This record gives sequence, structure tokens and C-alpha cells, in this order.
Amino acid sequence: MLLPKARGALSGCVFQALQSGDTAPISDTPEPDGTEDAQLTLWVLYELHHRGFEDVSDDLEWDPHLIGLRRQLETDFEQTLRGRAPQLPEPGAFAETFFDFVASHDGPSLSGHIHKFATKDQVHEFLRHKTIYHLKESDHTTWVIPRLSDPVKAAVVELQYDEYGAGDPNRLHATLFARGLEASGLDATYGAYIDEAPLEVLEQNNAMSLFGLNRRLRAASLGFLAAFEATSSVPSRRIAQGLDRLGFPPEMLEYYTEHVEADAVHEQLAVRTICGVLLEEEPELHEDVFFGAWTSMDLEDRYADRMLQEWAA
Amino acid sequence: MSDASKSDYPDIILCPGGPMLLRGDHVVQDENGNDHQTTRPVSAVCRCGKSQIKPWCDGTHKFLRKQQPPTD
Ligand code: FES
Repeated sequence: MLLPKARGALSGCVFQALQSGDTAPISDTPEPDGTEDAQLTLWVLYELHHRGFEDVSDDLEWDPHLIGLRRQLETDFEQTLRGRAPQLPEPGAFAETFFDFVASHDGPSLSGHIHKFATKDQVHEFLRHKTIYHLKESDHTTWVIPRLSDPVKAAVVELQYDEYGAGDPNRLHATLFARGLEASGLDATYGAYIDEAPLEVLEQNNAMSLFGLNRRLRAASLGFLAAFEATSSVPSRRIAQGLDRLGFPPEMLEYYTEHVEADAVHEQLAVRTICGVLLEEEPELHEDVFFGAWTSMDLEDRYADRMLQEWAA
Repeated sequence: MSDASKSDYPDIILCPGGPMLLRGDHVVQDENGNDHQTTRPVSAVCRCGKSQIKPWCDGTHKFLRKQQPPTD
């Protein structure tokens, strides 16, 4: 993947430094031209830790200037995310409290729209946006693994093993998505659609990297995972039905039908054997588990709101 | 959480109000006598009877939670 197009003064300056390899100017960067400029810059800085860019030297992954800027941007972002969170549930019977918290969350339904009303063009756009995450699906959770106690670590690996196809590259969820894209006539190249990713997609992906890459936020990462899984089975079925209605190829449907079944398992694991055990060991992480869970649902709502508004216009 | 006893890693977990988690390779026979081979490291077998992909759970039980309190 090549660096995306800049979206303002900050990303412009940073991308230039990344291409030239001279990161000294980063210590005196301009203010971002708004949230999208800041979020795209942060996304690119995180991407250095994922797969990198063909036009950026791999040596820059741990460049101190870049890490300094990343810290600044992610501190702002974390503050924004925490500021958005409402009053979170009090500690109690965890699994029940968690499932109730997710069930009582009332957000706009993008999957409901895709199920019944969306046009083929709208679904293509949706799939292009989803490539930013699904082509590296679950990788952010893998970052958390070495930061956990043995019991929680083993439980996360049990879930991740399934995400990664239980060792079969043909069953890896990211591979299933790539196959579906190709069969649907879309580009399955990693990062191909980053230039059209809206702010809400950048925020979703950045939140996952923020939680995954910072050990102190491990509980938020696992809470994010649990809410993500717990809000996936039913929407995945609706999306599969919508894809079927619009005549999408079976490979694309398969990605979503696989998630109906897989995520019905994963939500139980994430809540009971992962977050539940984490909180038995470290009850003080309660709030961060729910903060991560809230963030997962809130960011998906923001994306849904945006797309439903755009498509209604 | 120091003792690595089997109770920390059961073969079957009954989720209150939800599915039965089943670890490992098994063949599950449904109500109609049809056999279903598990395909993933952990499988969720529907216990509420309302799943659309039986014998596996598809999360539908969550819509029943409030009317039908778990019996276990
Ligand atoms: S137990 Fe989950 S759908 Fe029946």
C-alpha cells in the first residue's frame, strides 16, 4: 500500500516527512485541519506497526519523532472517546450486566437498512469502507495477548485461533472477506480504499489500535472485543440476507454467514472466559472493560448514522 | 487462578440463558436425527430452540432473555 492522500496541513506535513525519511520537521508540525486530518495522520502512524507502506521506510516504525506525535494524537483521541462515554454500569454479576448493557444500547441499524432497502451501490460502498478493518480482522486483539495473565491469554488465543481459521489460511476471516470482495468485483488489495474511508471508519480503526497497542488499555481492548462480538451475529445475518436479495456472489455471503455462527461462540467466550476472568483477577479494570465496550458500539453507531444520512439524501 | 485444574477448562460450558459451548471435535445429532460435525475449536449449541442455524446458536436467544428467565 502507498500512503493515502493527505487531508489537511498535518497529514500533508507528516506524509512528506515519511516519504523523505527526514522526520525532524515532525517536532514542529502544524495543527491538524480538523478531526479528519488528525485521525488520518494517526491511522497512518498506527499502520506503520501493521503492514507499513511501500513508499515509507520500515526503519521509521519506532522513530522517536513519529512516536512522539502518535502519543500526542492518541492522548487527544482517548480523551475524546472517554468524554463521549456515558455513566457506565456498576460492578455486579459480570456476564449478565454486560449482556444487558449491550442489549439496552439502542443505535441506528445499518444492517437493517442493508437487509431490506440498500441499493447495490450502497452495499459496495459499505464493503469498501469495511475493507479497512476486515482485511486485518482481529489483528489489534493479537497485540494484547502478551500483556495478559496466563488464563486470560489462553482464553484470547482460543478465540483468536478461530478468527485466524484454526490454522487454515482458507478459513481465516480476513481471507474470507478478501474472497468475497474479489467475487463481488471489488479490489481486495490491503488498503486499496483508504482514500474514501470517512472519519467514522478511521476512528473505529484507530480506537482498536489505540487499545491494542497500549498495555494500560488492555481491558478496554477486551471490552471492545466483547461488545464487537456481542453485536455481530444478528447484524451479520441481516447483511447476508441483504446481499442475497441484491444477488451478491456466495463468497461474499459466506463471510457474513460464517460470522453469524462464529460470533455466537465468540461473544460467549469474550464475555465469560476472557473479560469475566480478567475482572476476577483485576476487578479495578471494570470501568475500562465497559469503556471499551461502549466505544465499540458508539463508533459503529456513528458510522451507521453517517451512512444512513448520506444514503437518505 | 494458579491451579491449572480441569475445572478452569471444562469441555462443556452451559451459558445461562444461552447456548452450550462445546470444546473440541464432536458430532451433534439434532432433533431430526441429522448429524452435524463441529467445525471450529469451540462450538455453541443452541439450547433455546429458536436459532435459524440449528443445531448451532445464532444469538437469537438474546431476544428471549427477558421473557424466559434462564432455567439453569
Ligand atoms: S441458544 Fe443461542 S440461539 Fe438458541
